[in-house]
Amino acid sequence: MTDSTIDPRLSSHALDEASQWKLIWYKFRRHRVAMVSLYVILAFYFVAAFAEFFQPFDPNDTSRRNVYHPPQMVKFIDSQEDGSWSFRPHVQDMRLKRDPLTLKASYSPDPGKKTYIKFFPKTETYYMAGFIPMNFKLIGAEGKRDRFFLFGADRLGRDMYSRVIAGTRISMSIGLVGVGLSLILGLMIGGVAGYFGGWFDTVSSRVIELTLAIPTIPIWLGLSAAIPPTMDPLARYFLITVILSLIGWTELARVVRGRFLAMRNEDFVVAARLDGAKPSRVIFRHMMPSLVSHIIASVSLAIPVMILAETSLSFLGLGLLPPSISWGVLLKEAQNIRSIAQAVWLFIPGIFVVIAVLALNFLGDGLRDAADPYAQESQ
Amino acid sequence: MAAYILRRVLWSVPFLFVVSLIAFAIIQAPPGDYLTTYAARLEAAGQQVNYARLETLRERFALDDPFLIQYQKWITNIIFHGDFGISFEFQQPVSELIGDRMLLSIVLATSTLLFTWAVALPIGIYSAVRQYTVGDYFISILGFLGLATPNFLLALALMYYGVVYLGADVTGLYSPEYANAPWSWAKFVDLLKHLIIPVIIVGTASTASLIRIMRANLLDELFKPYVTTARAKGLSEFKVLMKYPVRLALNPFVSTIGWAFPQIISGSTIVAVVLSLPTSDPLMLDALLSQDMYLAGAFILMLSVLSIIGMLVSDILLALVDPRIRYR
Repeated sequence: MTDSTIDPRLSSHALDEASQWKLIWYKFRRHRVAMVSLYVILAFYFVAAFAEFFQPFDPNDTSRRNVYHPPQMVKFIDSQEDGSWSFRPHVQDMRLKRDPLTLKASYSPDPGKKTYIKFFPKTETYYMAGFIPMNFKLIGAEGKRDRFFLFGADRLGRDMYSRVIAGTRISMSIGLVGVGLSLILGLMIGGVAGYFGGWFDTVSSRVIELTLAIPTIPIWLGLSAAIPPTMDPLARYFLITVILSLIGWTELARVVRGRFLAMRNEDFVVAARLDGAKPSRVIFRHMMPSLVSHIIASVSLAIPVMILAETSLSFLGLGLLPPSISWGVLLKEAQNIRSIAQAVWLFIPGIFVVIAVLALNFLGDGLRDAADPYAQESQ
Repeated sequence: MAAYILRRVLWSVPFLFVVSLIAFAIIQAPPGDYLTTYAARLEAAGQQVNYARLETLRERFALDDPFLIQYQKWITNIIFHGDFGISFEFQQPVSELIGDRMLLSIVLATSTLLFTWAVALPIGIYSAVRQYTVGDYFISILGFLGLATPNFLLALALMYYGVVYLGADVTGLYSPEYANAPWSWAKFVDLLKHLIIPVIIVGTASTASLIRIMRANLLDELFKPYVTTARAKGLSEFKVLMKYPVRLALNPFVSTIGWAFPQIISGSTIVAVVLSLPTSDPLMLDALLSQDMYLAGAFILMLSVLSIIGMLVSDILLALVDPRIRYR
């Protein structure tokens, strides 16, 4: 591999001095799909962190007049009857009509009325992420009582757009927290097993094998069924992540164990050990630096698994429960055929699940390729 | 070979033991014992509580004894009498409730597995041999999408499509006229027709990952010198492929079947609930939601045993294709 295959703009000199992280970054940057995915994921987490700022309305605000309100298209050019036009984003209002005979509700466009969308509208003071006081949002309706529904409304007339944004926070973070917990378990168990070997290695390998052999969803369901439904939402959130990571750690532990096992007898590790370094120093000072990149790659591949798991559990009614909002909780609304036949837009959270999981998978693939110094250059 | 199979079968005994412990721990997990819950529910419903009967039940499940003794009573009853306890919800022995449903679960899981292999193998080979062609990219994109879509979403989308565009109900495993009919050839054909959609939905994720694995394995082998040699000897391209690299690439492929099986069982749970299939899963979910724990525990135990058997079968298959494993 010549230097120019990594990045022709770099002189070979710069490449020689580049740190391991820089090399990984150069290589990663060339993986175009992974780069796009990285931006997508960053955008998702940005929205998740500042969810309150992005949601135009209160996601729990019910409204009887807007039950199953269909999504409205945003139009940017506002043309008046006299032929003049201006740039002013707005949506066409819909009018609710009830069939006098069947009482079936249907919405039809109301040609005379428009709701204008305003950027950075003033609102009452709210606390973003729980502690930053704010008094404006990204977008909102111009009139105080006006509403618009970019993703439609659900069976209680709640704005799906705001709810999807609110769900982003819980769904994306449960992946992070869950993986964080499994990482701790996986690093400790896999590390000790790989470094010291012996009986602990045998036992933990068997445990990992066993955990991979049992079907996870029935076990997850069984464990979460034991959580009392009356529990505080925050406590439930943490218990669910604990349950998810109780099974999720095995994959990480396997990777860590494998790497430790392979590296234990490398010259530099043996040298450190012969110099009398304590195991903790050998592990953290000498072995960790060459492991971190791999661990990051496996972590980014473990997050989507967690997200899917939470979505599935909540969808079945055994994960998070309303009033918590996650993509799975939202999709539960789409569970019966009658409501989706009436309101297809209840599927929208599912699209976000797919995008997030897809992007995380590509990101993980890209990271894994970039982190492996021996990977063959493809093509 | 026989020795290997025997060793492998013996290995699954401790696995089965641990799995049964886990299942029992889940039964035990909700606070309070079931009889108290049960009595409370009866009282809440304004019904007479038969305390003498409760006392017999308490005795029968050893509810006042420590965990291990309760476990021992539960498991010996299962092994020696086929008695899984009683479902409080249905007031019937659990074993009567789960029989048919477990059978259908097994049918669904095995047919999904067969479908997965039948689809993943040729597509994986194609996509490796025609690397970087339109077909390969198309398959890769489909594969990634298949991995990222939760299968209940796929089930919902298909159901929506069925109801809105075809006017047909895709749920269930039998047509109404066969639901309670005795087994016959016509009923069997009807079951097969209804199986197709659940099998595709459940199998999507594992098919996608198996295609990727097959493709990667085959690509590792495809450019090795022995393939060139075979080609130089004048073998037809098809024979070159099938005789050498595919056989080698098959190895890691077969070993992934071990985890594909638990994954399929796991995935079918949600799909079965959405499509309301008469397999074990919807009843298990109901049992878990109403904390009918003996019923739920029996299902969890049986599904886990099923996937351990799946692992066992895949290990034996692996030993069949790879002699090195037999003599390890």
